[in-house]
Amino acid sequence: MTRPVYIQGVGIHPFGRFEGQSVVDLGLAAVRMALRDAGCEGGGFQAAYCGTVYSGVAAGHKVLTALGLTGMPILNVEAGCASGGAALGVATNAIAAGRYESVLVFGMEKMPKGIIRSSFFEPWREQGGLAVTPAYFALRAQRLMRDSGVTVEQLAHVSVKNHKNGVHNPYAMYQKEFTPEAVLASPVVCDPLRLFMLCSPNEGAAALVVSSQPPTSGPHVRIAAATLRSHLPGNVLGEHTPLSGLADDSIPSPTELAAREAYEMAAIGPEDLDVVELQDTDSARELISYEELGLCPKGRSGQWLAEGRTEMTGTLPVNPSGGLLSKGEPLGASGLGQVVELYWQLRAHAGRRQVAGAKVALAHTVGRGANASVVILTR
Amino acid sequence: MAVRIPLHEGLLTSVEDEPTAQLLGGRCGRCAKLSFPAQTICPYCSADGCASVALSTIGVIEVCTTVVNRPPGYEGPLPFGFGVVELPEGIRLISRIMHPDRSRAGTAVRLVLENVHSDAEGRQVVTYAFAPEEH
Repeated sequence: MTRPVYIQGVGIHPFGRFEGQSVVDLGLAAVRMALRDAGCEGGGFQAAYCGTVYSGVAAGHKVLTALGLTGMPILNVEAGCASGGAALGVATNAIAAGRYESVLVFGMEKMPKGIIRSSFFEPWREQGGLAVTPAYFALRAQRLMRDSGVTVEQLAHVSVKNHKNGVHNPYAMYQKEFTPEAVLASPVVCDPLRLFMLCSPNEGAAALVVSSQPPTSGPHVRIAAATLRSHLPGNVLGEHTPLSGLADDSIPSPTELAAREAYEMAAIGPEDLDVVELQDTDSARELISYEELGLCPKGRSGQWLAEGRTEMTGTLPVNPSGGLLSKGEPLGASGLGQVVELYWQLRAHAGRRQVAGAKVALAHTVGRGANASVVILTR
Repeated sequence: MAVRIPLHEGLLTSVEDEPTAQLLGGRCGRCAKLSFPAQTICPYCSADGCASVALSTIGVIEVCTTVVNRPPGYEGPLPFGFGVVELPEGIRLISRIMHPDRSRAGTAVRLVLENVHSDAEGRQVVTYAFAPEEH
């Protein structure tokens, strides 16, 4: 990057279900909190990027119209589950390049209930039962179990770990612990995945002010990298959900591509990380992410988890916020929610979720498109 | 007997005659990669003019699961098997899998036609699936 980019302030609206509140209401709450936190309630940003998928035409514009803070370019950014990360990426690039001094980035969503219906699929694929999102998750889980020796008990363990962390997150949808027995006994959605191993699509919002200048008080948190990558063709179980692929297991995933680029930009490696928030749409996805982000050697994610390395007390805590399993997944907001959590972690403001002495943090999302985003923050 | 129509045009050589029906793929003249469903532009190297080729009717399950809850837009039978089948020519397909209780990784399977649902005009909509080989 040509010049450093800092987070000046953050805001969040809890993730959950909020009858009677529109997506614009949720976005407004997060944006106002971030502007207040950054000390710029009157504006002062030269561009705004809004990550969202299901909010319709010019949703970000509606939020800023309600505040009378318009005139600057406002971009609504859609990149599936990585929409928030994508919005942060374009903002970071613009500031690093010297185009703007200060940019508002926010994400918001009000998801339909149940299995997510996506205009991504042609109707005939839905009619043929060839567009079942949790079934794709389950097939990736089956591959992980085959290739990495992961057990169904370890898949339950991921959910138990993240829910244990989520108890302390006032912004999470579920703030309660689950026993391994309860997770294993919950209804099978698509074998091996049980209901309590899957996150809930829901509602929420998150916002950040990013700037060429550090905040006036407290530790400075820098965005050392914010990358976005799509898929390469050929993986039949890739997040682009094709109907065919090659008999080739060596094709890099979008997460691997985004992580490689982010580590290079930040000039760090996975061994330098102190805390990670990553995509746990389902329990297997968390473990796949350990391997794709290089947090552990290939094939070792189950063992890594079993050894307690990613617990709050471990060498590299993963999902101290409780992850998407506890928070739920409002697509446009989920990635920025991770960055808000990590900003608090690096400023030692994470309360009972605090990872002591955290200085280097990574956030990761991946999903439809395919899209994968990786953000690295340093203090 | 109800008229049978394919789930989507161009997936199969026929929906009338199960013993001879085959899936239709595309073979790129430049990179030689095989894709499915068939399309004229190669999804690997963007070359024009992929040749339509009938795919093998036998394969092996790579991974398999069972769908128990009704997905959006789907009116067919539940539960149903869903998995990845690898064909001898080195292409992997997403497919419905018959008899998921008898189908697992490594199971040898053969192409079959499956009735999904009847459309508004009473026609039987037919798709491809793979079923375990009888022993």
